[in-house]
Amino acid sequence: MLLGPSLAVSAILFSLGVAGVLLRRNAIVIFMCVELMLNAVNLSFIALAQQLGPQGQVIVFFVMAVAAAEAAVGLAIILAIYRHKQTVDIQNINLLRG
Amino acid sequence: MVLGVFWVFAGVAIVSAFLCITRRSPVASALWLILTLFSLAGIFVLLDAQFIAALQVLVYAGAIMVLFLFVIMLLNLGRQGPSDLRGWPGRLVAAALGLLLAAELWAVRTWAPEEHLRLPEGAIARMSEAEGPVHVISDALFREYLIPFELTSVLLLAAIVGAVVLAKRRL
Repeated sequence: MLLGPSLAVSAILFSLGVAGVLLRRNAIVIFMCVELMLNAVNLSFIALAQQLGPQGQVIVFFVMAVAAAEAAVGLAIILAIYRHKQTVDIQNINLLRG
Repeated sequence: MVLGVFWVFAGVAIVSAFLCITRRSPVASALWLILTLFSLAGIFVLLDAQFIAALQVLVYAGAIMVLFLFVIMLLNLGRQGPSDLRGWPGRLVAAALGLLLAAELWAVRTWAPEEHLRLPEGAIARMSEAEGPVHVISDALFREYLIPFELTSVLLLAAIVGAVVLAKRRL
């Protein structure tokens, strides 16, 4: 019954996350927008799990574990870059440019 | 009734997600994102995923967002600096691509799994009432997905070691 509305809300939240990644220059805020996208996908997994069986909920469990690992490593990278460049603005972070 | 509660949570989630991507201060963004995650936990309860909703509050709104706030405050980014929003060309591109993606995803919102694949109405709710909400997920987790579950522990160990190596000044 809630499948259609849930997929619609999930679509809106995912698009807001994409727009946020394109809109912001602060690396930490971009990172938070990625978390928002992960959560939008989790919502559609849960909505479909209600119809197709509990395996979808297990996938959400794994997504959460991966998101936790990603947040720890990503924030450590941001910390290391800040120590090196004194900024988290992605305009000034071009270490990989030749 | 359920649909009304759903739309209240959905409205709060969408509005606070919008505020999250438009507020200038990273601390305000993080706090709005926490509100989004809480409303999503409410929606998860309505979708018969009570255990995942509890994990959402504990792991996401609790642990991960505290980590974000901790780093923001460690780097002293909370003060109002120059805005990090892109200029008008960037905003237009972001809005256009966001709307395009939303339109594409909106088109599949009415998609529903085929009848023969679908569980009977309220099957998960009955299962979690009979066996408890944790049993619904743990049964699949520790039978079909046992090896991925064990691999998750290796992933978390790698993340811990990686975070320490990256963030430490001198090993």
